[in-house]
Amino acid sequence: MTRKQRRLVLIGTGLGVLALAAVLVLTALKDSIVFFNSPTDVVEKQVKPGTRIRLGGLVQPGTLDRRDLNAQFDVTDGRNVIRVSYTGILPDLFREGQGVIAEGTLTDAKAFRAETVLAKHDETYMPKEVADALKKQGHWKDDYDKKGGAPVQQK
Amino acid sequence: MIAEIGHYALVLALALALIQGSVPVVGARLRDPALMGVADIAAFAQFAFVAVAFAALTVLYVSSDFSVVNVFENSHSAKPLIYKITGVWGNHEGSMLLWVLILSVFGALVAFFGSNLPATLRANVLGVQSWIAAAFYLFILATSNPFARLPQAPFEGRDLNPILQDVGLAVHPPLLYLGYVGFSISFSFAVAALIEGKIDAAWARWVRPWTLAAWMFLTLGIAMGSYWAYYELGWGGWWFWDPVENASLMPWIAGTALLHSAVVMEKRNALKVWTVLLSILAFSLSLLGTFLVRSGVLTSVHTFATDPTRGVFILAILVLFIGGSLALYAWRAPLLKQGGIFAPISREGALVFNNLLLTTALATVFVGTLYPLALESLTGEKISVGAPFFNATFGPLFVPLLLAVPFGPLLAWKRGDLLGAAQRLMVAFAAGLVAIAVTFAIIRGGPVLAPFAIGLAVYVMVGALVDLVERIQLFRQPVGISLRRARGLPRSVFGTALAHFGLGVSLLGIIGESSYNAEQILAMKPGQTVSVRDYDVTFDGVVSRQGPNYRELVAKFVVRQDGEIVGTLDPSKRSFTARGMATSEAALLTRGFSQLYISLGDPGTDGAIAVRLYHKPLVLLIWIGTLIMVLGGALSLSDRRLRVGAPKPAKKSALQPAE
Repeated sequence: MTRKQRRLVLIGTGLGVLALAAVLVLTALKDSIVFFNSPTDVVEKQVKPGTRIRLGGLVQPGTLDRRDLNAQFDVTDGRNVIRVSYTGILPDLFREGQGVIAEGTLTDAKAFRAETVLAKHDETYMPKEVADALKKQGHWKDDYDKKGGAPVQQK
Repeated sequence: MIAEIGHYALVLALALALIQGSVPVVGARLRDPALMGVADIAAFAQFAFVAVAFAALTVLYVSSDFSVVNVFENSHSAKPLIYKITGVWGNHEGSMLLWVLILSVFGALVAFFGSNLPATLRANVLGVQSWIAAAFYLFILATSNPFARLPQAPFEGRDLNPILQDVGLAVHPPLLYLGYVGFSISFSFAVAALIEGKIDAAWARWVRPWTLAAWMFLTLGIAMGSYWAYYELGWGGWWFWDPVENASLMPWIAGTALLHSAVVMEKRNALKVWTVLLSILAFSLSLLGTFLVRSGVLTSVHTFATDPTRGVFILAILVLFIGGSLALYAWRAPLLKQGGIFAPISREGALVFNNLLLTTALATVFVGTLYPLALESLTGEKISVGAPFFNATFGPLFVPLLLAVPFGPLLAWKRGDLLGAAQRLMVAFAAGLVAIAVTFAIIRGGPVLAPFAIGLAVYVMVGALVDLVERIQLFRQPVGISLRRARGLPRSVFGTALAHFGLGVSLLGIIGESSYNAEQILAMKPGQTVSVRDYDVTFDGVVSRQGPNYRELVAKFVVRQDGEIVGTLDPSKRSFTARGMATSEAALLTRGFSQLYISLGDPGTDGAIAVRLYHKPLVLLIWIGTLIMVLGGALSLSDRRLRVGAPKPAKKSALQPAE
């Protein structure tokens, strides 16, 4: 093999692998990304039932209804409310009044079937998307902004 | 007083870093031995001062001095001593202090072991190392001072996040940081080589042990973190393709690629420019990882106390170092003499193939991890990229790589014989096919592709050993001769074989766990029995217990197989009074390489309790495989070739090497 041919083989393989990767990435991105929506987004964008989304907001206090493994609760961003139902074990840090992200599908305009409810390791930590969504609705609670930073007493 | 000493020591370390970052580099330029000599002393002193700062913070934690903000926020007087100590790095400020401590340790080690390095190279390496250190000292002092005081000392601290009060997580960050920061050495070497405008095989021989050591720690750190997530988070998962996990995986892939390309450079004096680029990339990705974890720009299940303002500072460090080093690379890399181009079918060719696939796989992880960030800043649309994306991209790219792994060591340098290698791998192919057939025959259910994946794993495992068996002529010569031949082999041959074998073992575990996992989620009443696979699990009831700083509700389970008791499981639910936070402690029963896994949900009315029960076949192999990989790395590291150091024109010529 001449030097030139060797170089061609090298560059050819390289480009081949990169093209393969590009195809994989593009198809996978089309199929497997999940959009984040606040309850208001769901209402305003009229997200279709059956679309897989992440729903984020605060768990409305007083709405959690738990029977054995079945739980239902309201997720709110202060303006709109979506009823979420979930079967399984809720994360340790799941609590009324706290931020939550649920992944699943809308069953109708105001009801959501969650397949996973995301846990956080830290009780003062607010998922960024939820914080942004709340900010947009003017319901931002200030203490979430001070996670671990200034030496103020939280709560 | 102790806090002030620590703070002051850190300021002194910064001053030293500034000196070490400038004087030796100027000295190297002027070829002045006295100026260059400053680097060693400064590196040792820097380490000493950072160690003082770290010791000061540790003392503050152990003595529960709540007048210090950091201790107040992350400690509690009732916490067990070990978690008071590990709490030092269980928070942002402390973990950054650990980061610089490790950085200074590595700096001191280079100064200590670097006596056989050319003087200018050593001065430049230590100089560059100090620039990194200076940036992080500044970061700590300006935005995350661990020694800040409270005007009025509270009586009690707010306790460490209970989920972090665990031995697994106590050792995870130090290991991970040893890996991350270890790559700073190859980075410094690369930048120093670019500054000097020359690079050779000896350079690769110096860089390789450091990279190998960093890679081993990073591997251990990732494995440890994954095992911790597995047993502590209570959902039985060991890898979620979460941004924070990807942040540690990316430098690992880059480091793995670097290890392999450095071999080519060392043996064949080729791939120089590429190796330098990989050295820069590995550390850049470590910095990126630190940024992603510390800034909280990406939503992750693993983020702890994040703060966007600090993120901006780290982003600035990131831009400065990555941008600076890449710019330097673009400017100076053409100066480095190119090695020859080689035959595609050869050891070099195989290593290039490895690098190609690893870096491409790395790129897909990079895209998947950062795409949400890019999309949000461009369109405001918030998305998440989950496991399906990574499985669909990373998986297909890894299959050809795994197929190629056993071929690599069997191909000769310069010109390899693909057919010959394939013939020698016959036994591996056969073993793989048998594994596929056996899996199909004995296991019902599971994904259709899973038996093939198991075949692939077995092929990698057997294939890894083929080279070794051939070299010592096992089965062809009497055992005595084989043993003698084995003793004569370089340890790096065993290292390679073991590391590749470990890869196969991990793969087997991954497939076993992800394809044949059995799961039951239900509410159980005392006395109730539930079956998972061929185990019957009976719930006996709950008892409560008092721990040092928590109360726990322990559920008792008895596991039977064919009527015989094989073990008991007692998962618990702990509630920590100081933070009013609850954690679940999963219980594991190991049978062979498989595990039964129980974690608890909330107790319901009527004495029933929600239970998650899994049978995870071969799950332990995931971590055993990574341990074997690390062992392989350790064997390679102990190879005579690396201990002796680079070939020199004459012994004892360290002061004035010809090179």
